[in-house]
Formats: sequence, C-alpha cells, structure tokens
Amino acid sequence: MRLGLVLSEVGQGLRRNLSMVVSVVLVTFISLTFVGTAILLQSQITQMKTYWFDRAQVAVYFCTDFTTAGSCDQQAATDDQIAAVEAQLQSATLAPFIDAYYFEDQELAFQNFQDQFAGNAIASLVTPELMTEAFWVNLVDPEQSQILSDALAGLAGVESVVDQRSYLDQIFAILNASSLTAVGIAALMLVAAALLIATTIRLSAFSRRRELGIMRLVGASNRFIQTPFVLEGVVAALLGSLLAGGAVIAIVHFFVQGYLTQTLPGTSFVTVNDALIVAPVLLVAGGLLAAIASNVAISRYLRV
Amino acid sequence: MIRFDEVTKVYRGNARPALNAVDLEILAGEFVFLVGASGSGKSSFLRLVLKEERPTSGQIHVLGQDLGRISSRKVPYFRRNLGVVFQDFRLLPNKTVFDNVAFTLQVIGKSKGFIHEAVPDALATVGLDGKGGRFPHELSGGEQQRVAIARAVVNKPSILLADEPTGNLDPATSDGIMTLLQRINANGTTVVMATHDVGIVDRLQRRVVELVGGRIVRDERGGSYTQAVPLVREQSFGPAEVTP
Repeated sequence: MRLGLVLSEVGQGLRRNLSMVVSVVLVTFISLTFVGTAILLQSQITQMKTYWFDRAQVAVYFCTDFTTAGSCDQQAATDDQIAAVEAQLQSATLAPFIDAYYFEDQELAFQNFQDQFAGNAIASLVTPELMTEAFWVNLVDPEQSQILSDALAGLAGVESVVDQRSYLDQIFAILNASSLTAVGIAALMLVAAALLIATTIRLSAFSRRRELGIMRLVGASNRFIQTPFVLEGVVAALLGSLLAGGAVIAIVHFFVQGYLTQTLPGTSFVTVNDALIVAPVLLVAGGLLAAIASNVAISRYLRV
Repeated sequence: MIRFDEVTKVYRGNARPALNAVDLEILAGEFVFLVGASGSGKSSFLRLVLKEERPTSGQIHVLGQDLGRISSRKVPYFRRNLGVVFQDFRLLPNKTVFDNVAFTLQVIGKSKGFIHEAVPDALATVGLDGKGGRFPHELSGGEQQRVAIARAVVNKPSILLADEPTGNLDPATSDGIMTLLQRINANGTTVVMATHDVGIVDRLQRRVVELVGGRIVRDERGGSYTQAVPLVREQSFGPAEVTP
C-alpha cells in the first residue's frame, strides 16, 4: 500500500520533471563513462607495466669509431675492454643480481636493425660498422639497474649503461597523464551531476510544495516524505549509470578488442570481462551519488 | 490539554515579540476563541501548538508532552494527534474530495481498508455525502472548507486548530461551518479557533482569549468579541481610565 503510493509519487515526479530528468540521465551517463574509462585505463596501464617492465633490459653500450660520449674518444672498444666488462658481469659482486645476459656484436645488431626497420629508407643507409656493440642484461629485479650502471659506466670502452625502463617511463608518464585527465574530467562531471540532481530534486519538491506542506501538517514521517524524492534522483541516475556501463562495455568490445587488438597484436589489452567488473561499480557509484545529492536537497523541506 | 507557561516568541529581525509571556491553559473538550487584531499573535500561538515554531522562551505542553523535548524525528507522530484548518482551505487541486481526505491517512501509513471506512465517515460528518468524486474547484467555498475540516478530523484528533476558518466565507456559510465545529467539539475534540468574526464569537458565547500585541488581555468564559468586563488601559495623561 505505502510502497505503491511511494512508487506512484516517484512516477509522477519523473513525468512532471521530464526534461530535467533527461538532463540528469545524460550528465550521469557522460560522467560515469569517464569514470569507467579512467578505471579501465588505469588497469590497462598496470597490465602493460607488469608486462613491459618484466621484459625491460639494461644495455651496456660500447664505444664505436664514431662516438665521443662517455669514456669514448672515437675509438672502438677493444676485445680486451669487452672481456673486462664481461668479467665484471660474472664477478661475485654483480652476478647475484643478473638473471641472464648476452652479447650483441655489430653483425647481430645490424641484423636486428634491419628486421626492426624493414621497408624503411634508413635500413639501406646503415652498415654494420655503424652499429653499436652491447651487452643486453636481464636483471633479477628490474628495479636495481642503478647497481649495474654504477659498476660499469666508468669502465674503459663503455659508452653508456642504459635502462630500457627509462624509455618506458616516458610512455607510461603520458598514459598516466591521460588517465589522470580522464579522472579529472570525471570528477568535474560528477560534481556537475550531483548539483544537477540536487537542483532537479529541489525543483520537484517545489512543484509539490502544497503536498509537502500538507504531509508535514498531518504528520507524515520524514522518511515517508523524502523517499519518493530520493528514489526519483536514484532512478534517473541509475538510468544514466546503466547507459554508462553499456558504453564502457561497448568501448572495450568494439574499440579495444575489435580495433586495438587487431592493430597492435602482442600487446595485452583490457578485456570485456574487465568492463563487466567496472559496470556494476558505475551503477553503485551513480546510485550512491544520487541518493546523497537528493537527500541533501530535500532535507531543507523537512526542517521542522 | 494545551498549556503555555510564560511563552515568548520573538521572530528574527523583529524587536517586538509576537507573543509576550503568555500563560494559558486550555482543558480537554473546551471550545476556545482566540481573538485580536491582525498581528496580535493568534497565528503564532497556533504555530507554536503545532510545533512549527519553537518558543524563544517558556514552556509549552500539548497533550501531556513537553514540546521542547520532542525530537524533530518524533514531531510528525505528535502532529497526528492534531487537526488543522486554514482560512485558505489548502486542498490539493488535482485530487478529488475523497482523495484529499484520504491523502492524510495514506501518508501516515493507514491501510486501504481503514481509509475506505474512515473517509466516507468523515465526509458524512461534514455533510458532503456523495461528493467524494468532485474536485475542489467544482465546490463552493463553504464546501471546500468542509472538505478541509473532514481532512482535519478524519484521523480523530484530540485537538482541532482552526485559523480563521470562516475568514473567506459569507455569514450564512460561516454559520454552517460553526455548527459543524460545535458538533465536532461536542464529540470530545478540543477546538481552538482564531477569528475576527464578531458575530460568531458573540453568538456562541464560548471561552474567549483576547490577544493584544502578543499579550493576553482577556480570558473570559462565555465571553463575546468585545469585552463585557471593563478593561483597564494605561493612558498617558492620567493614572487609569475605565473604557466601556
């Protein structure tokens, strides 16, 4: 009986305020889509970080006839110098930190370069003499590359010790920035959504102020008075959240799985399963946001 | 039933109190007229009884409860014991007469069965049998006020507060409303009515409480609108003068 009455009040309120309700639906839809995208982007970044950082190597580059950096003086590293570095890598101090290493001589480097830039004009300009020889080292703990560069950077014939993660860091910094931007936009949109919900509920309460006045006069409980309004906000926000959940799933299904995975095979991307976890989070977030916003908005009509 | 102890009400931004140290006791089953000019504090009195306002100082007891001690969460339950009628009826224009009366019971959670018994009863009490399906705008002023009274008494309140219920009605219609209010009073409901209507107060000869500038200047059983007992007023040029 009371439930029916409350629900009919909700329906009335939604119909009476249709245009405002539509705008609430749209704003929650957009803002929660941003929230969902930001969450997925974060999990994508984490996934890629674990994948790439595990594979990141430390390169010990040797001098060539053309380099002047480090301790080089346009003099290629001698075999003795290379052997000295290898001895260091096998020494008791460094060995425990090293998982594996291999030597890339000019021929091998040239081969890799040709593979990497196949079809590119630069491939035909490069000769093996131009290539840099290097030790490629896999560390037990990729975080500890500093030890290697401390031990080897000053040795004769070594041009530089480079941790590949420093390149990755730049990429991840860009990805992180875009994910933070999405979070920022999402936060702003959520504020807008909360204010819009509050305004809508206030408008709805204003258009029903006669009923509210009589309800208070005859002793309707506060909970009874506020429930229809809170539900009104929650229903509108849930509609928006459903759309946002659908949009996030669609983005993952059609864009990430359908396009990115085809274009960039070999990289692991977030899956529809991840999106299916995010969607309920959005629903709960939307519902909570609306419940709190409408509760605050309606409370002024309940002051005794 | 209703007791005011030294109640003063000062509204913000207004130096002069709306009610000034009012002491008053209204007993169960009484019919009390509150008279006085506009702004004398009649409406403030009713609002304080309803706990729509809290007094600036003093204590109010209604139905044995100290209003200062009722938590705001309990106020709705307290109000279910009071019925209220206004000069401007305050009906819901988009609901039928039946629904207007039923609304009161719906929002305090009464069952459908109870509502279908109580509402026709209340409508019969106020003489609106068979008009339950009408809308307020299809009714005359007097009939609308009867709907409002039906709404106020449908939950069988112990106290009925009426704020100038005949203020918008012609004398003949007003008489009908007063007959109705007397009948409700005779059934045991305490009635407190704020009014300007000299004719009604004089004819009914009930207890009259007169307010001037927020103070009670007269409290007379079986009184009329103009005071029968001489009232002493201070004059600037003399010690005191008796006004007729």
